[in-house]
Amino acid sequence: MLEKEKVDEIKRERERWEKTTLPNWIRQCPECKSEFRNHSGMLIKRVYTPEDVKDLDYIRDLGFPGEYPFTRGLHATMYRGRLWTMRMFAGYGTAEDTNKRFKYLLSEGETGLSTAFDYPTIMGYDSDHPMARGEVGVCGVAISSLQDMEVLFNGIPLDKVTTSMTINGPASILLSMYIAVGDKQGVSREKLGGTTQNDNLKEFFAQKLCIFPPKPSVKLTTDVIEYCARHLPKWNPVSISGYHIREAGATALQELAFTLYDGIAYVESTLERGLKVDDFAHRLSFFFASHNDFFEEIAKFRAARRLWAKIMKERFHAKNPRSMWMRMHVQTSGCTLTAQQPLNNIVRTTIQALAAVLGGTQSLHTNSFDEALCLPTEEAVRVALRTQQIIAYESGVTNTVDPLGGSYYVEALTKEMEEKAMEYIQKIDDMGGAVAAIEKGFFQKEIAESAYRYQREIDEKKRILVGVNEFTIEGEECPIELLRIDPKVEKEQVARLQKLKRERDNRKVKEILEKLHYAAEKEENLMPTIIEAVKAYATLGEITDVLRKVYGEYKELIVI
Amino acid sequence: MQSKRKIRVLIAKPGLDSHDRGAKVVARALRDAGMEVIYTGLRQTPEQIVETALQEDVDVIGLSILSGAHKALFPRIMELLKEKGLTDVMVFAGGIIPDEDVPEMKKLGIKEIFGPGTPTEKIIEFVLENVPKRT
Repeated sequence: MLEKEKVDEIKRERERWEKTTLPNWIRQCPECKSEFRNHSGMLIKRVYTPEDVKDLDYIRDLGFPGEYPFTRGLHATMYRGRLWTMRMFAGYGTAEDTNKRFKYLLSEGETGLSTAFDYPTIMGYDSDHPMARGEVGVCGVAISSLQDMEVLFNGIPLDKVTTSMTINGPASILLSMYIAVGDKQGVSREKLGGTTQNDNLKEFFAQKLCIFPPKPSVKLTTDVIEYCARHLPKWNPVSISGYHIREAGATALQELAFTLYDGIAYVESTLERGLKVDDFAHRLSFFFASHNDFFEEIAKFRAARRLWAKIMKERFHAKNPRSMWMRMHVQTSGCTLTAQQPLNNIVRTTIQALAAVLGGTQSLHTNSFDEALCLPTEEAVRVALRTQQIIAYESGVTNTVDPLGGSYYVEALTKEMEEKAMEYIQKIDDMGGAVAAIEKGFFQKEIAESAYRYQREIDEKKRILVGVNEFTIEGEECPIELLRIDPKVEKEQVARLQKLKRERDNRKVKEILEKLHYAAEKEENLMPTIIEAVKAYATLGEITDVLRKVYGEYKELIVI
Repeated sequence: MQSKRKIRVLIAKPGLDSHDRGAKVVARALRDAGMEVIYTGLRQTPEQIVETALQEDVDVIGLSILSGAHKALFPRIMELLKEKGLTDVMVFAGGIIPDEDVPEMKKLGIKEIFGPGTPTEKIIEFVLENVPKRT
């Protein structure tokens, strides 16, 4: 904290500057806008000074990296000791296709795997379900059974690589398949490392790939957290995700607040299972977007870390500092990519990735320049990965920890982010928690409102998008080659699945599915039974159908 | 005197993809432009979409899809519209539909396809100009 006299002196000097130097400049060169705001609507000052951080207490609010409240980073040496994990989200076509892409990415220097599943898999439908028509392998890889999963990880030793899986409703099923592949490879469960997204709450208002109603969805999420706490010590059972909240239209502030609230909800639901907070909180992980406003994003990441540490310490009385760690994965923002002049997306992605690194992320995905148009080609993915490698090895930003710490602007913004997020958290507490807020449509309305406002700003040119509403090319034609998924993927996948359904021990499958039905009704933790089911080659669709029968299906609350 | 009937628009999300940001923004923009807008919600089958169009007596259908399944789903929707005698309903689409698929989609009877980055104003104008005249 600064001494009062010093702050007063700066204040006097600022006031003098505003009367003498500033007016001449404004006369000669008027400012472009009457006010400057970031995406969250925060008013941005012309210039920040020590006045704006006069209440900042270095030890209390920033501290040293690797120590509470972790504002400056989780690790004492950050990227000097170890770079972030370069983890590229990948998946398309059949399990063979994606297995090839995985191996390509690993050979190009990627350091962790991240799996994109197709829509039928995400929604718990087998590839031969009527709802799957036209969607198999199109937006991700099609996985209907353990057989597909075995192909997906063929030749990839699961004790040597960590794998993230973007899967929510059926997370327990895909994790069970991963465990089963590990068993076959002779990799014990203690050695399996990776992440299941498994954040079902945000599905109801952000990603909207919900299968079951909110309460059983939270139950399924908690099953995985509990099971991992007991049996998979290196697995991150949940990746509490702001990314989709942001992509659905939320501001940075809403993303921060709603994500942290979902985190609170999972801590509470897991405590109800009788676990102690320090038994599982160290494995909770987070996932954020990195959007266009560079400093707003950096402030968001820093505020997220500090706020989560405080919540874990003060609200949940965690003792182990690791329980207070917010380990995060960041993805550059897909919704900022433009179909127009797609190569410009490389630049956008670079700025966003740099914000994530300066924000202290543990893991990063960079989007490919063609992703407003299609799934990325090999070339586009390589450029995206190279972007991270250039930041890591050439830019020098990794040489010191939290290089922007102490910036008047960044610290003031970090504090404002934290305080305003806390206001949202209190508001949701008052509403009765996350599920109650979902049922009231609170998150949905907040996000729809922000999305609409953002689009209006673009339409009215209050917000400039290069190549879209300004600096456009007349009669532009798509200059890049697009990846197309061959419709024969669906035919082959369906044929393989139907062959499996004929040839497996169907009596055994039936027995296990009945057992699962019984376990679901009894509200047991379903993980052990699901592992048994996938090992008998019961399919994803069959297992999900049992759960649909017991839990019912979610009916969307429509909020425009 | 009878008040002028508002243009009735159905915004529909066929297929499994859940990217409804664009569909909702368009729904709201058309509503703010004075139209009556019905939004189906996510993951509607072609049968459900056409049934809603029929029940709601709409003039216009806007289909939104980003999953790449348009080639499998749009033909079925257009076929069902014909079967139900809804041939005077104007259909437009938006989302991620590659340029090379556009002629094929238009041949099905889809009047226009709007890609990413389209201003909502352009969609409003298009609907106002192309809405079928009721007799």
